[in-house]
Amino acid sequence: MGVLIGALTIGFILSLLALGVYISFRVFNYPDMTTDGSVTLGAAVAAALLVYKVDPLTATLVATLAGLAAGATTGILHTRFRINELLSGILVMTALYSVNLHIMGRSNLPLLSERTLASQAEDVGKRVFGETVQIAGWSVAGTDLSVLLLSFFAAVVVGVILFVFLRTNLGTAMRATGNNPQMIRALGGNTDLMVVCGLALANGIIALSGALLAQYQGFADVQMGLGMLVWGIASLIIGESLIGVKSVGFLITGTIMGCVLFRLLVAIALRWGMNPNDLKLITAAFVFAALILPGLLAKLRIKERKAAHA
Amino acid sequence: MLEVRNIYKTFNQDTPDEVKALQGVSFTIEDGSFVAVLGTNGSGKSTMLNAVAGAFQVDAGQILLDGHDITRLPEHQRARYVGRVFQNPFSGTAPDMSIAENLALASMRGQTRGLGWAVSPRMLDEFKTRIRQLNMGLEDRLSTMIGKLSGGQRQALTLLMASWLRPKLLLLDEHTAALDPKTAKKVIELTESIIQKDHLTTLMVTHSMQQAVNLGDRLIMMNKGQIIHDFRGEEKRRLRANDLLALFDEVRRKEQIDHTTAEMLSQAYV
Repeated sequence: MGVLIGALTIGFILSLLALGVYISFRVFNYPDMTTDGSVTLGAAVAAALLVYKVDPLTATLVATLAGLAAGATTGILHTRFRINELLSGILVMTALYSVNLHIMGRSNLPLLSERTLASQAEDVGKRVFGETVQIAGWSVAGTDLSVLLLSFFAAVVVGVILFVFLRTNLGTAMRATGNNPQMIRALGGNTDLMVVCGLALANGIIALSGALLAQYQGFADVQMGLGMLVWGIASLIIGESLIGVKSVGFLITGTIMGCVLFRLLVAIALRWGMNPNDLKLITAAFVFAALILPGLLAKLRIKERKAAHA
Repeated sequence: MLEVRNIYKTFNQDTPDEVKALQGVSFTIEDGSFVAVLGTNGSGKSTMLNAVAGAFQVDAGQILLDGHDITRLPEHQRARYVGRVFQNPFSGTAPDMSIAENLALASMRGQTRGLGWAVSPRMLDEFKTRIRQLNMGLEDRLSTMIGKLSGGQRQALTLLMASWLRPKLLLLDEHTAALDPKTAKKVIELTESIIQKDHLTTLMVTHSMQQAVNLGDRLIMMNKGQIIHDFRGEEKRRLRANDLLALFDEVRRKEQIDHTTAEMLSQAYV
C-alpha cells in the first residue's frame, strides 16, 4: 500500500510537470528542452532556500518564479534572436546545469532535517488522521496520506487555474498562436510575446513541480531533470488516448490522469523486477511507439481497404 | 484613406534568386472605395497587398493610413486598422478551436487581450445573430471545431471575422482562388454584401478578370512590380473582360521575346 501511495504522490507532483509540457508542447507546438533544466532549477532553488531556513511556501514560490524566468529566456532566444526552437531550449537547459550547481553549491542537496511543505503536511496529517488510517481494509500511515492529499490538491489547483486561464482572452490568443500564428497576427496578436509568456508559464509550473518533488523526496539532485520532457510527453499521449477529446478541459484532466497512470505502471514494473536503469530507455521507446502508431494504423487500414476492393 | 507612396521591395537581393517584386508603386484609395487589383502571376499584386498588411518591411517608400505613417508598424499592430482574408481558406481560422472561440478572437482584433472570459453567454447571442447572415446553418454549430468545416465555410467565416470590428481597410488576397466555382460565387456575394453594408474601404487582389470587372468601383492593373493601368468611375463601369484581355495581350507583346526563344517556340508549336 505504501508503494501505491508513494507512486500516486509522485504521479500527482509530476502531473504539474506534464501540465507544463502540455502548454509548451501541445498549446504552442514547441518541443521545449528547457523542461529538463527547469525541473532541476525549481528543485535547486527550493532546496537551497530551505537550507537557509526560508519558509517552505516562500521557497516554493521563488522556485516557481525562477522557472518562469528560465522559460522566458528560452522564448526570447527563439523569438528575438530567431534561434531554432529545439536549440534555444537546449542552450538554456545546458546553461541551467551550471546555474543549478551554483545554487546548490554541490551536486546533491539533502533536506532531511529541514522543514518542507511535505514535513508540514505530515505534521498536519498526524494530527488529523493519527498514526494510521484504514482505507478499504488497508492501513495507511497518516503522514503518507496527508502528503498524497497535498500533491493531489496542488495538481487540481494548477489544473483548474490553467483551465480557466486558457479560456480567457489572453489564453485563447495563446492557443491560437500555437494553432495558427498567421491568423492571430492578422487579428492583432503579438505572437512573439505570446510565445515568451507561454514558455514562461510552462516552465514556471515545471519548476513548481521540481520544487515539490525535491521536498517530497527530501533532496535535490543536479541530474533529476534528465528525460523529464519525454516523461511529460508520454503522460500527454497516455492522457489523450485515455480521454481523446480535443477540448481544453478534457486535455488537462487527461494529462493529469495520464501522468499518474504512467507513474503507477512504472511502479508496478519496478516491483516486478524491471531494472531501474532501463526506465528512460523504455519511456523513450514508449513515446516513439505512440508517435508512429497512429500513422502505421492508418496505413494498415488503407491497405485493408485496398485489399477489400481488389 | 490609404496612401501608398512609391514603395519598393526586392526579395533575395544580390543572389541569383533576386526578385524585384515592387518597383515604385504609388496609389491612393479614398474612404469607402472598393479597388480590385488585377495582374498575372509574379506581377507583384500579392506582394503589394502583403506590404500594406505588414507581412514584411518595404525597402523604400511610405504607407499611410488616414494620414498616419504605418510603414514601420509590425503586422500585429497594423491589424488594429486592417482586416484580412487570405487566399488559403485554412489561413484565416484556427482549426483546433471552436467557431465561437475564433469569433471571440476576431471580436478583440487589435485590442489588448486581458483575463476576461473569451466567450461569454452574452457574446454567444451576438455571434449567433451575425453568423446567421452567412446563411450556412453555422449558427447552431458554434461549439464545432473550425477544422471540421469546408474550405468555403471557413473562408466565409474569415470574411465575417475580418469585418467583425469595422476595419479602416479590408484586404482580400485572391480569397476565392482556392474555392470551387459555386462556393466562390457564394463567397463573392457575401463579400459584396458585407462591404456594402459597412461601407468598407477595400483592396482586393484577384487574377480573375471577370471578378475584377464585376466588382468594385476601381481597377488597378499591375505588371512586373508596377501599376500599368488605373481605371475608375465611368471608365471602370464600361470595362469588359475582353478589354482587359486585349490589354494583357498588349503587355505580352511589349515584353519582346528575343530571337532564339521565338525560334524555339515556333519550332515547338508551329
